[in-house]
Amino acid sequence: MKSFKNHFSLIIALFSILFSIQVFMIVERSIDAYKQNLAKNYTVIVVSQKALSKDDLFGINKLISESDELSAENVIKRLSTGMNKKNVDLLKLSLPKFYKLRLSYYPSSDELKQLRKDLLKHRYITKIEDFSHNHDTTYKLLLLLKGIVSVFSIVVMVVTVLLIFKELKIWQYQHNERMSIMGLFGAASWLRSAVLYRLAIVDALISSALTFVAFTYISSSRWIVEQFEYIGIKVTIFDTLNDFLILLAVSMILSIFLVMLIVLGHKEEV
Amino acid sequence: MDKVIIAKDLSLSYSNNETIINKANFSINAGSFVFITGASGSGKSTLLKSLFGALKPKQGSLVVGGVELKGVSNKRLNFLRRHVGIVFQDYKLVKEWNIEKNIMLPLIINGYDKNVAHNQVDKLLQHVRLKHQAGKFPKELSGGEQQRVAMARALSHNPILILADEPTGNLDDYSSQLIWNLLEGASEQLNTTIIVVTHNIPQTMNIDYKHFHIEYGSIHEVV
Repeated sequence: MKSFKNHFSLIIALFSILFSIQVFMIVERSIDAYKQNLAKNYTVIVVSQKALSKDDLFGINKLISESDELSAENVIKRLSTGMNKKNVDLLKLSLPKFYKLRLSYYPSSDELKQLRKDLLKHRYITKIEDFSHNHDTTYKLLLLLKGIVSVFSIVVMVVTVLLIFKELKIWQYQHNERMSIMGLFGAASWLRSAVLYRLAIVDALISSALTFVAFTYISSSRWIVEQFEYIGIKVTIFDTLNDFLILLAVSMILSIFLVMLIVLGHKEEV
Repeated sequence: MDKVIIAKDLSLSYSNNETIINKANFSINAGSFVFITGASGSGKSTLLKSLFGALKPKQGSLVVGGVELKGVSNKRLNFLRRHVGIVFQDYKLVKEWNIEKNIMLPLIINGYDKNVAHNQVDKLLQHVRLKHQAGKFPKELSGGEQQRVAMARALSHNPILILADEPTGNLDDYSSQLIWNLLEGASEQLNTTIIVVTHNIPQTMNIDYKHFHIEYGSIHEVV
């Protein structure tokens, strides 16, 4: 029973860490997916006095990935009522050119400012509309969420690592006598602490398996999938192979590292 | 005759720097049976601790089984300890292991084959008259029985040297006699060097032995 309690404490602590890591990864993926969505739908409108080639526009800033000239027909139609053909042709010539620019990714506020600056430096470009305000609010909200989740994850990890350390100290106390006795008969350090390593590895495996089960269930939950569909993004909540391997590696490394600290801190008692 | 232990100007002290043993010179031949006596706090156990490297020499030289213990590496120390058997007054048995596994410990550490180890443990259990207790745990045995287990463990890997710290200190006369018989047997039949730290040398010793006495930090042989 006592041994089960010891295992349970370490498994729960490791599970908490793995859970917070996976939540952090989901938030990270959501933000990336949202950024890609933004970049796909986001355009900057540029008004130029003269026609600009694609090369002209691409050379202004590396962010620009596509450019399309907007047709001025609608404007001309609206203004040309009652005009003769000659005047309409003159109007066509005097109207500025409109370009719709797509960006390779959704830029940060600073990058957007720099883009505006670079575009306005061009001698023919007179006006820019970047519609950034609409997108920025949601994006900044997501970044805030990411910040909060990061802080939360770090706090969970620190507190849990301290709890694990305390738990392993209890293990050390329990195993100290046996380790000392083995040392008296010349057992190498790895052999003396083999039980501790074995326990830590088993607990790391169990906690990884629990996290696997939890996130496999969560990722198949209709409600969760719907929430992401509402925001208009598609996110891999749990990649069965890659995520499991990451979580397994984290729990193994963490538990083995903590056992190593305990083993190094062991002092022979005679 | 080969020397198992050679001490030259050996000084021992704990971290508080108080010198317990001061510039001791002595040597012990292979196969000898040696008693070390002295008053409480004279440094008998300290000297014994130094013989298996639990306390490193502060000054001088201490060579045990060909291994210089001053500044010895953990690897060399483990090598030495694999060839030494130790018996303590408080037995130092692993509580969560049964008697059989406790006796098997040095064999596991020395990498013995499982079958060989089992046979060896079987023989020793018979030798210390605990065959019927093999599956029991230390807390289920009396003090005398636990010390016999500790003796069997110390003998299991045919060590070159057995160190015993007050091995009968907590035992009744009957159990004490059994332990002395086992130590005598090991000395006579296996030619193992045996060093026993004790307050009193038993009157019933049937073999030749050497006697060192510790007083005021110095060691001298009692002839």
